[in-house]
Amino acid sequence: MAETLLFNALREAIDEEMARDPHVCVMGEDVGQYGGSYKVTKDLYEKYGELRVLDTPIAENAFTGMAVGAAMTGLRPIVEGMNMGFLLLAFNQISNNMGMLRYTSGGNFTIPTVVRGPGGVGRQLGAEHSQRLEAYFHAVPGIKIVAVSTPTNAKGLMKAAIRDNNPVLFFEHVLLYNLSEDIPAGDYICALDQADVVREGKDVTILTYSRMRHHCLKAVEQLTKDGVDVELIDLISLKPFDMETITRSIRKTHKVLIVEECMKTGGIGAELMALVTEHCFDDLDVRPVRLSSQDIPTPYNGTLENLTIIQPHQIVDAAKQLHAGTI
Amino acid sequence: MTQADMSQAKTSQADASADPTDVLAASGAPACSGDVSAVGLHAERLLNLYPSTPATVSREEGLLLYRDMTLGRRFEDKCAEMYYRGKMFGFVHLYNGQEAVSTGVIKAMKMQHDWFCSTYRDHVHALSCGVPAREVMSELFGKETGCSKGRGGSMHLFSKEHHLLGGYAFIGEGIPVALGAAFTSRYKRDALGDASSDAVTAAFFGDGTCNIGQFYECLNMAALWKLPILFVVENNKWAIGMDHNRATSDPEIWRKAAAFGMHGEEVDGMDVLAVRGAAQRAIERARAGEGPTVLECLTYRFRGHSLADPDELRAEAEKEFWAQRDPIKRLGAHLIEHSLATAEELKAIEKEIDAEVADCVEFALAAPEPKPEELTRYIWAED
Repeated sequence: MAETLLFNALREAIDEEMARDPHVCVMGEDVGQYGGSYKVTKDLYEKYGELRVLDTPIAENAFTGMAVGAAMTGLRPIVEGMNMGFLLLAFNQISNNMGMLRYTSGGNFTIPTVVRGPGGVGRQLGAEHSQRLEAYFHAVPGIKIVAVSTPTNAKGLMKAAIRDNNPVLFFEHVLLYNLSEDIPAGDYICALDQADVVREGKDVTILTYSRMRHHCLKAVEQLTKDGVDVELIDLISLKPFDMETITRSIRKTHKVLIVEECMKTGGIGAELMALVTEHCFDDLDVRPVRLSSQDIPTPYNGTLENLTIIQPHQIVDAAKQLHAGTI
Repeated sequence: MTQADMSQAKTSQADASADPTDVLAASGAPACSGDVSAVGLHAERLLNLYPSTPATVSREEGLLLYRDMTLGRRFEDKCAEMYYRGKMFGFVHLYNGQEAVSTGVIKAMKMQHDWFCSTYRDHVHALSCGVPAREVMSELFGKETGCSKGRGGSMHLFSKEHHLLGGYAFIGEGIPVALGAAFTSRYKRDALGDASSDAVTAAFFGDGTCNIGQFYECLNMAALWKLPILFVVENNKWAIGMDHNRATSDPEIWRKAAAFGMHGEEVDGMDVLAVRGAAQRAIERARAGEGPTVLECLTYRFRGHSLADPDELRAEAEKEFWAQRDPIKRLGAHLIEHSLATAEELKAIEKEIDAEVADCVEFALAAPEPKPEELTRYIWAED
C-alpha cells in the first residue's frame, strides 16, 4: 500500500498497460512532451517514444477519428480530451464511428478505445470548461461510460477500460486529480459495470457519481449524527447502470435520492430516475428525488457557480425530508 | 484571377502555343464538340489538363481493369433497376461515370494488405476491393448475407476481410478513420519494429468534402507524420446541387496539398490508365515512407446524386461532354488499339459480368433476412 494521488494512479494504470501490451498507445493534445495538462501521462513520452505517446495538433474531431481507424486496424488507443468539453468537437466521431460502427459493420470491426479526460465543474473555469458531457453522450449506442472518483477506482477502472474491447468514455473530474489515498500495490482491475456501495445503511439510498460522491460523504457525516442511516452508492458505471446493486439497495431502504453534477434536463439522473421507477416502483415508499445542477451555463462568478451545483447541505436536507416522509 | 484565367495560365506554362482543344487532341482524348463555355468550368479544366504519364498495362492487367470497371457499371445499373422495383430502399448513390477512379487506384494497390476507405457512394469501391458482388447486393437488400449483415445498408459497406474500412455516410468523417489505418502502418513499423509493415491506405471522397475541416486537419497530420495515405479526391463537380465552383475559393484541390508540403497531382479521372499511373507513383512514395499525396481526379457522375435526385441543375451540354468520355469505352478502345484485346473478348467479359450481376441479384433475393432475435447483436465486441 502506498499513498497515491489520483492523477498518478491513472498514470500508473496507463504505464502498466502500455508495458503489458505494445498496441496500447496514447494520443491527444500535450500528452507527450508536456506530460498531459493534469500530468496523467507524465514521463511516458520519454519511456515509450513519440508514436506511442503521440502529441497531436489541436484537431479533436480528426485525432479522435484517427483513433477509431487505428483501433479498427489493430491498435488500442487512449484518446485524451485535454478537457472533456473539447470533445464536443469530436461528437461525430464518438457517436457515429466509435459508438455505432461495430453495429453498422455487422460485427466486422471492433473499436477498442478509451476516451478519457477531465470533466465536471471546476473552480471558476467558465461555462465551456465546466461541462458534464456524460449526459450528452449517454444516448449513444455502443459505448460504455464510467466516472472515477477515488485513486483506487481510477487505477483499477483505467486498466479495465484499456483491456476492454469496446469504446469506453472515461470521465475524470477536474477537482479530484489531487485526491490521495492508499491504493493496492501492483496489478488490479475494477469491473467497469459495477457500482460501489460506499457505505451500507438502511434508511435512504443515495445514488451519485464522480465528485458528488465526496459531497455526499460530507452530507452523510451530518446525517449520521442526525440519525439518518444512509446507503451511499457510487454508480461508477453510467452506462449501463448497475441496476442489480441499485435495486437491491432500494428494496432495503425504499427511499432513493439521486445526486448528480450534470444538469437536470436530460441528465444522468433523469435516465436513472426513469429506470428506478420502472424497476422498483413497488418497492418505493415515496417518490424518488433528484438533486441536479441548474439548467444554465456554469457562471464564472464563484458565488453563482456554487449556487449552480448541489452543495452538501442540500443533500442533508433532502435526505432528512425523504427519511421523514415530508418531501 | 478567375478560374478560366488560371487554367489558361497553367496551359501557357505547359505549352505556350497550345489552345485547350489542341492539348486534348495531342493527348489522344476525344475532341469536344461545340462551345467550350457551355460545358462548364469543370470540363474546361479537363480540357486544359496537362497530360500526366499514364500507366502501361499488360494484357492481363488491362483485362482486369476492364472487368472491374464493367462490373462496377453493370452492378450500379442493376441497383437502379432494383431500387425502382422496390427491392432496395433508402438513399442509394450510384457511381456510374467514376469507375476509372475506383479501378485505377484500388487495382494499383495490394488486395487484403492495403486499406480502403469510402463514402456513401461506396458500392463500386467495395467491388474493386474484392468484396463479392453477392455480399454487396445482399447488403443493399438488407439481407443477413450482406457484407455488413444487413445492418449497414448502401452507405455503410464494410469488410474486414477485404480491408474495406467502410462506407461513411457523413461528409469527411471517413478521412480521419483512414488516417488512423495509415497511422497503424507506421506504428507497426516504427513502434513495434515490424519492418514488413508497409500497408498504404486510400481514402476516397469528393470535391464537396474538400471544404470541411476534417480534410485539412488530416492533410496536416498526414504530412506532419509522413503517413502512408492517398487522399483520392473524386471531383465530379457537383455536391448534390452545389457546383464546386460556387463552393470553394480555389477549385484546384490538388494545389491545396502544397500548403501542407505534400505532393499533389491532378489527373484525368475519366482515364483509368492516367489514374493508375498517378496512383502508382503515390503508392510508391507512400510505401517508401515518403508520405501522403493528394490525388485529384477530374470525373463526373453520369446519374443524379442519388436515385432520389431529380437532377435538374446540370446542363445537357455538360452531361454530354462527360458522357463522350466514358471511361469504360475509352479503356476498351485503348486495349483494342494496342492489340491487348479484341472486341469479341471485351464482349465476352461483358457477358460474364452480366451473368455475375444476375447471379448476385438472384442470390440476394433468395438470401435470408436477419433474425429478429438478433436485433441487438453486434453492439458489443463480445456479441
